[in-house]
Amino acid sequence: MAVVATERPFHVLAVDDSLPDRKLIERLLKTSSFQVTTVDSGSKALQFLGIHDDDASTVSVHAHQLDITVNLIITDYCMPGMTGYDLLKKIKESSSLRDIPVVIMSSENIPSRINRCLEEGADEFFLKPVRLSDMSKLKPHILKSRCREHYQQEQQHQQSDSNSNSNDCSNPTNKSSCDSSRKRKAEDNGEILPQKNRPRHS
Amino acid sequence: MSAANQLAALIANMFATGLLDDQFQQLQMLQDPSAPNFVSEVVTLFCHDGERIIGELAKLLDKPTVDFDRVDAFVHQLKGSSASVGALKVKNTCIQFREFCQQKSKDGCLKTLETVRINFYELRGKFQTMLQLERQVNGFPPNN
Repeated sequence: MAVVATERPFHVLAVDDSLPDRKLIERLLKTSSFQVTTVDSGSKALQFLGIHDDDASTVSVHAHQLDITVNLIITDYCMPGMTGYDLLKKIKESSSLRDIPVVIMSSENIPSRINRCLEEGADEFFLKPVRLSDMSKLKPHILKSRCREHYQQEQQHQQSDSNSNSNDCSNPTNKSSCDSSRKRKAEDNGEILPQKNRPRHS
Repeated sequence: MSAANQLAALIANMFATGLLDDQFQQLQMLQDPSAPNFVSEVVTLFCHDGERIIGELAKLLDKPTVDFDRVDAFVHQLKGSSASVGALKVKNTCIQFREFCQQKSKDGCLKTLETVRINFYELRGKFQTMLQLERQVNGFPPNN
């Protein structure tokens, strides 16, 4: 019998120290059918995600243990204390969080800043003020990372010689897009590498 | 003139005189029955935030030795939130302000702070009228 998954909206964690900006990003995300949590600092973001600031790379409570799933993190760049870039680094250093797509927002169009973020693994860079049209760029990153995750899970199942059951995909509606992207990836060898290698940005 | 007409005229005037830019229209587009007070909430947050920042700037510029990095950080904040609500004139004044911070010119900063203060309070006054008119349009009596 096929597993019927309840269609839950994707959950975005938005990080911004400015209150008006938090209000705006929250509304933009909700209008685009995302579930939203907003926090006002990088350290609060890490707390919410379940890691301890000082030892992010070694001690990490898996987000699933706390029954919280975050599908994407969108963060301001300029924040006091921990910048968006610092937060990005911590996320990418964490084995439990590194697969979550991260988007950086900034009011300043500084190419070296943008490149630094992309090189560190940010999936997208938005110039502020963020607009409704920017929201459509978020879902592809979420779906891409979920497909990668499902593909890796499939790989692991195959390697352990258990029955590879394509019902692994918890969301049936994504199954076809996962299958087709898996087929594409089988042809294009570059993308099959495990997440650690981060082949996207050289 | 009905409250609705006054409101439309006020907003049109704010666009025409360069107080607001199209980002404000983005905010209006985000308001709907599921978030009927969105614009007034953001505008109110901006007004409180702006007042707080101007107060901090005044304190920092009142010191014998000015910490221009801290001044710049606050101006950056105000520039950001004005950009987010479409407060064009205030945003542009902040851009000028940051140049004086880069030049470490106390005089330039003080003069621009005055301009920011004037522009901000002009905008805030019009926002307050806007919110009052909106309340009337929605059937509430005007606040005192």
